[in-house]
Amino acid sequence: MSGDILVRARDLSIEFVSPDATVQAVNGVDFDLAEKEALCILGESGSGKSVTLRSLLRLNPPKKTVMSGSLSVCGEDMLTISDAKLNSLRGRLVSMIFQEPMTALDPVFTIGRQIAETIIRHEGISRGEADRRALDLLELVQIPSAKRRLAAYPHELSGGLRQRAMIAIALSCRPKLLLADEPTTALDATVQIQVLLLLHKLQQELGMGIIFVTHDLGVAGEIADRIAVMYAGRFVEEGPVRDVMRQPMHPYTRGLLGATVHAGMRGKRLTTIPGAPPDLSDLPPGCAFAPRCSEATRSCTADVPALHKLGPERGARCVLVEDAA
Amino acid sequence: MLLYIVRRVAYAIPIALLVSLVCFMLVHIAPGDPIDSIVPPDTPKEAVEQVRREYGLDKPLPVQFAVWLSHVVQGDLGRSIASRRPIAGDLMLASGKTFVLAVTAATIGFSLGVALGSLAAFFQGTWIDRLCVGFAVAGVSVPHYWLGMVMVIIFSVLLAALPAMGAGPSDWVWDWVHIRFLILPAITLSVIPAGLITRTVRGTVIEILNQDFITTLRGKGIRRSGLLLHVVKNAAPTVLAVMGLQFGYLMGGSILVESVFSWPGTGMMLNNAIFRRDIPVIQGATLVLAMFFVLLNLIVDLVQTAIDPRMRRT
Repeated sequence: MSGDILVRARDLSIEFVSPDATVQAVNGVDFDLAEKEALCILGESGSGKSVTLRSLLRLNPPKKTVMSGSLSVCGEDMLTISDAKLNSLRGRLVSMIFQEPMTALDPVFTIGRQIAETIIRHEGISRGEADRRALDLLELVQIPSAKRRLAAYPHELSGGLRQRAMIAIALSCRPKLLLADEPTTALDATVQIQVLLLLHKLQQELGMGIIFVTHDLGVAGEIADRIAVMYAGRFVEEGPVRDVMRQPMHPYTRGLLGATVHAGMRGKRLTTIPGAPPDLSDLPPGCAFAPRCSEATRSCTADVPALHKLGPERGARCVLVEDAA
Repeated sequence: MLLYIVRRVAYAIPIALLVSLVCFMLVHIAPGDPIDSIVPPDTPKEAVEQVRREYGLDKPLPVQFAVWLSHVVQGDLGRSIASRRPIAGDLMLASGKTFVLAVTAATIGFSLGVALGSLAAFFQGTWIDRLCVGFAVAGVSVPHYWLGMVMVIIFSVLLAALPAMGAGPSDWVWDWVHIRFLILPAITLSVIPAGLITRTVRGTVIEILNQDFITTLRGKGIRRSGLLLHVVKNAAPTVLAVMGLQFGYLMGGSILVESVFSWPGTGMMLNNAIFRRDIPVIQGATLVLAMFFVLLNLIVDLVQTAIDPRMRRT
């Protein structure tokens, strides 16, 4: 770890309350992110990873969301922050890129306008100056013939270019923290790796902290310093990317690795994890993965396993890890 | 964009031609020999034949259409059977009156609709929303001739505050003497478009507020006022389309309201002509209203395209 702490979450829980049910999307998550550090939150659909990420900017639907625990982002307490402070934090110190670049951009405004808008909002500079900055940003994210693309509407660009434009918007005010919500999932495989490498390069050049949400292990290995594996709203395993990939401790992480094509899989058969993720409005009392786990014992269903520390940054929530340690 | 405008205007021409053909055929679709509606039943045969030649009704239909169309293009819609006066002049006067009424009703209805619709959308699920939706449902459900009569009873008969009939003592001028006559019919006429626009705006704005790019904008720290600009520009094409159609209905469909308030516009003119079987007047009035619709649709299309770049693809 280096530099100051950008994000500190302690026992962060997020519930979505509606008249029909209360969905416990995130159930007590602890993590820190230092400046210039890249954390990857890994998990399948519905594991709470996007909700966790969005909570860092309070982008979950305000009326339905109940947050508890503590969360500080760039020194601000996100549970009590005022709307005005929140709005000046968003897009300036912390910004976000989304999964679907087609729908995440306003279809009736040009790319240039959508970049300039953010700069004008936070830095109060003139339109002409903002347009010049927008052009620089498009060049920074390596969009060819940037000048022409400034006047383009989102539907006139390919998926890869749209996502680059999205990144340009996110970087427009040189944020200290970039949040990326599956930024490559909606792209073609070849474009995915380009965008990923670009993000990695920009993160190094601009010295940003980055939190990256994905279900793709390959993506995680490419960009992250640390990985946190999320299941049913909890971090079930975390650690430096190499350690987690080489020596997964939690059966769920092992399952994910066994189900993905990656370097260590040469000559082996891919496996699947049986069953489906649990209903977040009706969680089992013990380990949420126990019903799908081939190694589950009786003690798994009694209590939620505590986090067993295996090093300063390494840990897993599994009773079997305790036995091994 | 220019190419699109030229192309879109070119599309309007065949539509206009087809519409005029339908209007022309009105005379011939109506049961019986059109000549019977012109001459009294006991006219001698030679006289009938002479009138037939005079009106050009002895020639084949395509020729008749060509002759009629060439007259129409020059602004000659023929003469009314009842009054023997040129239709074009009367229709101009009546259209002017209807236009005044339609523009006023549209202004009231559209502004009310946009205001209530946006309120309902931004306060979705609250009592404000329910109130606005309730108004909208009532607006489109209440028959406007009934509402007109109720207004007359309340404001003209009981309160004696506003006149119940006519459009004022002289040609139209925007002064209080005349505007007094406009208030009741305009309000009556504005209720349906107000209701429809409320529902359209509410639905459109809610849909836009649920889109991903709104989250992106919030994530950029854009304030509420900035957000509004994005919502308006995204909602405008849909709302304008409905407004254009509604304005068309106001111009043409105000027959009932104009009759209730004896407003001397095209609606009342058409109504009287139908009762008198004055086919040339019906023909002329229908043609003018239909052309107005074609023009309005053209304008809406062009404005929509100017706002939404995705529509420029041809």
